[in-house]
Amino acid sequence: MSDVRGGAAQPTLVVEGLKTHFFTEAGVVKSVDGVDLSVSRGEILGLVGESGSGKSVTGFSILGLIDQPGRIVGGSVKLNGEELTTASPKRLRSLRGDRIAMIFQDPMMTLNPVLKIETQMIETLQAHIKIGHAEARARARDALGRVGIPSPEERLDSYPHQFSGGMRQRVAIAIALLHGPDLIIADEPTTALDVTIQAQILSEVQTLCRETGTALIWITHDLAIISGLADRVAVMYAGRIVETGAIAEVVSNPRHPYTYGLIGSVPSRNKRGQRLTQIPGMTPSFLSLPQGCAFAPRCPNADAKCLEMPELSPCPSAAHRARCFHPMPEGAEA
Amino acid sequence: MSEAMRKPETNGAPPVISVRGIDMVFLKKAPGVLDGLARRAGLPRPEPVGVHALDGVDLDVMKGEVVGLVGESGCGKSTLGRVIAGILDPTAGTFRFHGREMSEMSPQERYRAKVAVQMIFQDPFASLNPRKRVIDIIGEAPVVHGIVPKAEISDYVDEIMLKCGIDPAFKQRFPHQFSGGQRQRIGIARALAVKPQFLVCDESVAALDVSIQAQVINLFMDLRRDFDLTYLFISHDLGVVEHIADRVVIMYLGRVVETAPTAELYANPRHPYTQALLANMPRISTEKQAFGQIKGEIPSPLNPPSGCHFHPRCPFAFDRCVAERPRLITKAPGIAAACHLLEEAAR
Ligand SMILES: Nc1ncnc2c1ncn2[C@@H]1O[C@H](COP(=O)(O)OP(=O)(O)OP(=O)(O)O)[C@@H](O)[C@H]1O
Ligand SMILES: Nc1ncnc2c1ncn2[C@@H]1O[C@H](COP(=O)(O)OP(=O)(O)O)[C@@H](O)[C@H]1O
Ligand code: SF4
Ligand code: SF4
Ligand SMILES: [Mg+2]
Ligand SMILES: [Mg+2]
Repeated sequence: MSDVRGGAAQPTLVVEGLKTHFFTEAGVVKSVDGVDLSVSRGEILGLVGESGSGKSVTGFSILGLIDQPGRIVGGSVKLNGEELTTASPKRLRSLRGDRIAMIFQDPMMTLNPVLKIETQMIETLQAHIKIGHAEARARARDALGRVGIPSPEERLDSYPHQFSGGMRQRVAIAIALLHGPDLIIADEPTTALDVTIQAQILSEVQTLCRETGTALIWITHDLAIISGLADRVAVMYAGRIVETGAIAEVVSNPRHPYTYGLIGSVPSRNKRGQRLTQIPGMTPSFLSLPQGCAFAPRCPNADAKCLEMPELSPCPSAAHRARCFHPMPEGAEA
Repeated sequence: MSEAMRKPETNGAPPVISVRGIDMVFLKKAPGVLDGLARRAGLPRPEPVGVHALDGVDLDVMKGEVVGLVGESGCGKSTLGRVIAGILDPTAGTFRFHGREMSEMSPQERYRAKVAVQMIFQDPFASLNPRKRVIDIIGEAPVVHGIVPKAEISDYVDEIMLKCGIDPAFKQRFPHQFSGGQRQRIGIARALAVKPQFLVCDESVAALDVSIQAQVINLFMDLRRDFDLTYLFISHDLGVVEHIADRVVIMYLGRVVETAPTAELYANPRHPYTQALLANMPRISTEKQAFGQIKGEIPSPLNPPSGCHFHPRCPFAFDRCVAERPRLITKAPGIAAACHLLEEAAR
């Protein structure tokens, strides 16, 4: 089981009870409200959910990148045992780009449009280690080669606009990998890319994590990508994890009614021409969440008990947990 | 077999839409500076560069059919959709509506043909006028086209909104007061209000969350049954197309490379590009997927590779592929692919 990989070694990242709220004029937006996650060396965790469920805010919180009017108001984020929620801005800056890296949906969040790729990569290297120009250039070239950029030597002299979208994303990934980070948080990095290009990047990332032992959190709204890529999955709804477990287990045996509905909503071969399962209604606004379980207004299993907040509890084992009072029966086909 | 899966009944009637040899060239003028310099130096002016967005495309869509149009970004899907919806005039080629060429029609017939084909876009926000109320967004065109008398428009809009799953109580609202899924329904209601026969749906569910996407896909299938509609369903999402289409057309850099009934295409893809697409399509399963067998980037449409456009990325390419454009070869009724291998095999 991928859950016990690494034996007794502590996970690279442990997030517990994380709460990140935005204090807006319209009210308090509890975008992340008690999130627990962990990911170990060489492991890929998929974080899935629909837009606005709090995936990106979770990623930014781990990196210490939450700005006004937002604030981490509770919980803990531990990287290799070190608490990050109370770390100084200086310490966080030195960890970012070195021990933790982030890849965004838009690679231009990472890349500077007016600098050559070489300059950007060398600056990233020199920000964290003492390294001469020639050696830094050689490492940059190797990093580009590893993410499948042809003729990396010449490409070092290009500017970002001279690359296609897929190539730009590869460069951003190469930069993220430069220091051999312990953890990468990838926020929808292939969402804007075409199928064949997305597949190339997924395959490269998969290999790199396996080879280097980097822990990876892959954020996406696409459960199909996660099912092919990740070891474990965490499903997010309205700021909370509602189900988590080994990916094969969750996909074949979803227990939370939301996960169950989500899998049923994805068009696929065996549902060809039939009506897709519909989850009625829409995602609630953070400003008017229902009392208790946030999924209750859309849930077929809801009853009076659901006016309280369910815990993320073993379903049936601690390796597969769901936040629900009345989970789907075991083995229910979605 | 469900209602929506029924085979289109053609009874020998001509296709609703039939296009032949469609070319669409967008001229990209050379940058002004270059042009100016060349003129001052007395040199020949630089040739305008053309993007061959569509290169000899043939397509028939039969009544009641859902044709899925698939391909990667920039391959010409939207351009073909716009040509078929009559929004864009192609550089070359013929267009027939129920078997009649546009040029043979009277102005009035041509007008009616245009109204009969409606297009629904990807971005449900950009395509709705933010300053208009829903009742006007949906109700304006049917009055203008004389489909519904002005006095009856309010009831008519209620009826269409109900059909599309939007509460008619919201008809005095503006687009920004709706969610993405609701806005897409408003876009669909607006198209349906003119009683079209044919809908071109361009990435109409791409911007929606999975659970909302499922609602809109179900709506498309219900409307097809209730209004006897025919669809050209453009999407880069192979899963959505597999679900909704009767027949699939695969494009690569402006050309059709394969077409077949959906089940056949997914079970038995003939073109190496189709094979690559299907192998790389993320699917929900309990097994890890081996991604990325296909190498290389999508080439620039400004400067497509010679011969078979796919040859630099094709694992089977041989000398002929570099030199000669493969023809679309019919392998069985309704099944065709453009690859030299298929011809070699037939020899
Ligand atoms: N008005 C225009 N002027 C110049 N070039 C254009 C124009 N419209 C489209 N093109 C070019 O024609 C080609 C096909 O474009 P089209 O929009 O049809 O692609 P598509 O298959 O719909 O792609 P996507 O999946 O990204 O929507 C592209 O190279 C595009 O840049
Ligand atoms: N700077 C901000 N100010 C106020 N609300 C925010 C801010 N950033 C994010 N949010 C809210 O937090 C919620 C979760 O957002 P996000 O994490 O980006 O969702 P996603 O799951 O799509 O990545 C949304 O309701 C969003 O509007
Ligand atoms: S706790 Fe209740 S409302 Fe929430 S998902 Fe479970 S059954 Fe549904
Ligand atoms: S014609 Fe040649 S290059 Fe093109 S798909 Fe067939 S084998 Fe590959
Ligand atoms: Mg996000
Ligand atoms: Mg398009």
